[in-house]
Parts: sequence; C-alpha cells; structure tokens
Amino acid sequence: MGQLIVFLTLLALGYGFGRLAESRHYRSIIAREDALRSLLVLPDRMPPIQFQNHASTLVTGSVVISVDYFKTVAAGLRGLFGGRVGAYESLLDRARREAILRMQEEAQSLGAEAVFNLKFETSRIGQNAGQGLGSVEVLAYGTALIPAPVSASAASVVAR
Amino acid sequence: MLISNMEVVPGKKIATHLGLVQGSTVRAKHAGRDIMAGLKNIFGGELKGYTELLSESRDEALQRLSEQARALGANAVVNVRFSTSSIAAGASEIFVYGTAVIVEDR
Repeated sequence: MGQLIVFLTLLALGYGFGRLAESRHYRSIIAREDALRSLLVLPDRMPPIQFQNHASTLVTGSVVISVDYFKTVAAGLRGLFGGRVGAYESLLDRARREAILRMQEEAQSLGAEAVFNLKFETSRIGQNAGQGLGSVEVLAYGTALIPAPVSASAASVVAR
Repeated sequence: MLISNMEVVPGKKIATHLGLVQGSTVRAKHAGRDIMAGLKNIFGGELKGYTELLSESRDEALQRLSEQARALGANAVVNVRFSTSSIAAGASEIFVYGTAVIVEDR
C-alpha cells in the first residue's frame, strides 16, 4: 500500500512538473527560433561560392535533458504494446532544437552569416541508462561562416 | 588554429595533409550531481550541471586535438567529428578527431 502511494505520488509529480517544464521549454524554443531565423543553418557539406571569402570556425551547442517519472512509466507501458513512443519523441525534439539554438547563439555572437555542415550527435547518459532513457545529451555542431571585414573589398571585386 | 568540420576551407587551399589528429577525455560527475540528476529524473527538465560538464570536456578534447595538430606543424584541422560514449556508470568519454592540414591563401 505504501509503495503504491509512493508510486502514484511520483507519477503525479512527474506528470505535473514534466508538463510544466515541457510547455515552458517549447515556448522558449519557439520564441528564440523566431529571433534566430535569419541565421541560416544547413546540413550541406560545401558552402556555395558566395561564401568563399568568409572566415570559418567550428561552433557547437549541446544540452542534456532528463526524462520525468511519468514519461518513463508511459514509455515502459508503450514498450509492452509497441508503437510510437510520443513521450520520448517530444523529449528528443526539444533536445535537438535546443542544441541547434545554442549553436546558432554561439554563431551569432561570432557575427556569422550561416552555419554549414550541421551534424548531430546523440548519447544517453545517467546511471539508470540500462533501465530507461535516463537523460539524453544532444550535441549539434557545424562550421560558422563569418564575413571577414578586411577582405570586404576583395569580396566586392570577386562579386563584380 | 582554424578548426572546421567541413572538408574545405573557404578562400583557402589545402597545401599539405598531415594525417589524423585526435583528442579525448574521460570525465565522471561527482556524487552530488548524480543525486541531483536522480531527482531530476522524477521532475524532468534540463540537467545544467551535466550540460556544463560535457561542454567543458568537449573544450578540453578540442584543446588536445589542436595541441597535437600544432605539434605536427599544422595551421588548421578540417573534417572534425565528435563522438561520445558512456564507458561506465557515471563516466563518459568525449572523443574528437579530424585531419590536420596546412592551408594557404589562394
């Protein structure tokens, strides 16, 4: 009986706080995505010719997001029946978008115009990684192309 | 040291290939952070401590990569890739590798 009460309390806490954290996170993601829309992020391997006078540097963004108790239980139940695990889909979606945003923020602080060759790296961390998802780390990285102020005249010569 | 994950460097040509360079680091979190992470697994949300830890380790791995490249006489590392693996409970390895090159202005 005691165990059941603990379980239900954890489930309720996980549901309440997890929902709250998720909706707050999505609001912040959507607002920042709107603000950073002008900074291009492409998975293309080669930049087009217009970028040939830009300086390039590696930019990264990473985030570690934890599951909540409700999601762990919901995904465990889903594991019995099979099918889409919506609880984990939204978790990974949040983590990826957050990682891209942090990478874009770094690129923007360097004055970059675009980020090329975007790559993702996802890994699972945490001591309970064997049982459930635990927490997930997403890293997004790419090459930021920064317009060089010195070669601005050279760029205009090339453009002509 | 120019570090990039593209195969080419815009506006420059690759004069010499110096081969693979790598950097890695294994980091563990301290017990206090693990307890906090355990609590977070109930409530959900971002684990800021882990985010910081992993980005610090990544910076260190990149530092080692560029030291190795500098020792070879390179001025750039291209085609950089990251890889993360959890090798034991509470410890993860961050590995970064790339090609050391000498680039010249076109």
